[in-house]
Amino acid sequence: MGMGVPRFWREIPHKYRLMGSRCRRCGAVYHPRRPVCRRCGSRELEDVPLSGRGRLLAFTVIRRAPSDLDEYKPYIVGLVELEDGVRVLSQIVDCTPADLKPGMELEATPRRIRAHGPAGVIEYGYKFRPAIKWEPEGAEEGS
Amino acid sequence: MREPAAIIGVGCTRVGEHWESSVLDLAVEACLRALEDAGNPPVRALYVGNAASEILNEQGNLAALLADVLALEGVKAVEVRAGDASGALAFHQACLDVAAHGPGEGAVLACGVEKMTDVLAPEVERVGMLFEDARCTFHSGITIPGLCALLTRLYMDAFGPSYEDIVLFAVNDHRNAVNNPCAQYPFPIKPETIMGSPIVADPIRLFDTPGIGDGAAAAVLCAPEEAPKLSDTPVVVRASEVASGRMNFCEREDMFSIGSLRAAAKRALEAAGVSIKDVSFFEVHNTTSVVGILALEELGLAERGEGWRLVKEERIAIGADWPVNTMGGLKGRGHPWGATGLYQIVEATWQLRGEAGKNQVEGAQVGLTHNMSGLGSLSCVHILARGR
Repeated sequence: MGMGVPRFWREIPHKYRLMGSRCRRCGAVYHPRRPVCRRCGSRELEDVPLSGRGRLLAFTVIRRAPSDLDEYKPYIVGLVELEDGVRVLSQIVDCTPADLKPGMELEATPRRIRAHGPAGVIEYGYKFRPAIKWEPEGAEEGS
Repeated sequence: MREPAAIIGVGCTRVGEHWESSVLDLAVEACLRALEDAGNPPVRALYVGNAASEILNEQGNLAALLADVLALEGVKAVEVRAGDASGALAFHQACLDVAAHGPGEGAVLACGVEKMTDVLAPEVERVGMLFEDARCTFHSGITIPGLCALLTRLYMDAFGPSYEDIVLFAVNDHRNAVNNPCAQYPFPIKPETIMGSPIVADPIRLFDTPGIGDGAAAAVLCAPEEAPKLSDTPVVVRASEVASGRMNFCEREDMFSIGSLRAAAKRALEAAGVSIKDVSFFEVHNTTSVVGILALEELGLAERGEGWRLVKEERIAIGADWPVNTMGGLKGRGHPWGATGLYQIVEATWQLRGEAGKNQVEGAQVGLTHNMSGLGSLSCVHILARGR
């Protein structure tokens, strides 16, 4: 495709940090970011990084993939509702479809998205995985 | 309310794999058929709907090119792009053009065309996502059947039908395509055949998705007052309305609601001065079965969550309560993106002229067509009626 680097560099806040918008007037949160609040019409929105944790609403396994993602197929895409109340579409990784149930907790993780030709940019962004639950040893006694 | 335009000629190619025809060849064939059908009136303007010829065919600027090749030099030539709603949007722009000029100034030609088989299937899947919000789609790896898969799962969980119940919408399409000489798949299909076809995006099966096909359809328009002089069987455009919606269905408060269709249909019915009960048949945009079912619900033919029952009880068959996709719809006739909206116009014209053959809806007076991009980012609704 021969796309230049700035196109991907520009998308870093959106795709690396799940940067969203919050309306200063009514508090509505959006991802992707928006210039105008859909709920109250305000144009005063501020950038806010989303939590990256949420729950699975539904998922599918893509078996006929777009040409640029053909190497990954079959892969899982889920509809995730973040803690902030925003829904995002994302690949779900580090699991098989049998591991997934609607309602389960997921967390964002940075991953390779696609390579733009043999010598082109390698694009990264968020995917989601089942939330890792861990109790740090000695957490009880710690500060 | 003034009627914006009348249709005095229609024409189309068969939808299918036209290995020997280019995007231009297909458009020319449909336009010449429509012009012949209209008695070759002088043409003043040309509108061309197409989704992605630059990428699929390495050919852009289609309207100027088509005007030149049709020897219409000097006419106003406009290309219209709105993903798979391009066809109906081109027709809408042609209607506005006719309404703005009034009678006696020449006919307006509207054409929709898509040549999809120049690229391989995975590329079609990629290009299909170009009409969605790229910030949400490319890195997620979602596809149009994938979006339909999520919607289908949510619909099944919320309202109880099995996937086998849902695909009966595609069965209805195929039943009607049998008698459409221009359909891509003119044969009946059994639900078990759909359920036995490969999975594209769980639970969506291959035979629940439109095939990849080439096609072009065209219509010739003039002012309603002069139509009776130019045609024995004019069809009147009673309303032509367009509405945008939430690009990304995940961002809709009610994920089963197609807001663009609701808005466009409401405005169109008001402008035409008809109620949904007055509509004799419907041509709806069924990206897959679940989307067709949601369209029925959005049009008010069924309550939310009940549309699948309407289909299961065969109440959308020809001769039943609400005939839907009477010439095959996206699944049976085929879905060459930018052409689909104009195929719907051509087929509705056949119905209203009484030329639909074995699929004729008895006493058809008013037809409603719905063409949209993606899962509802833009909807075009047209209401056509038998001319007086």
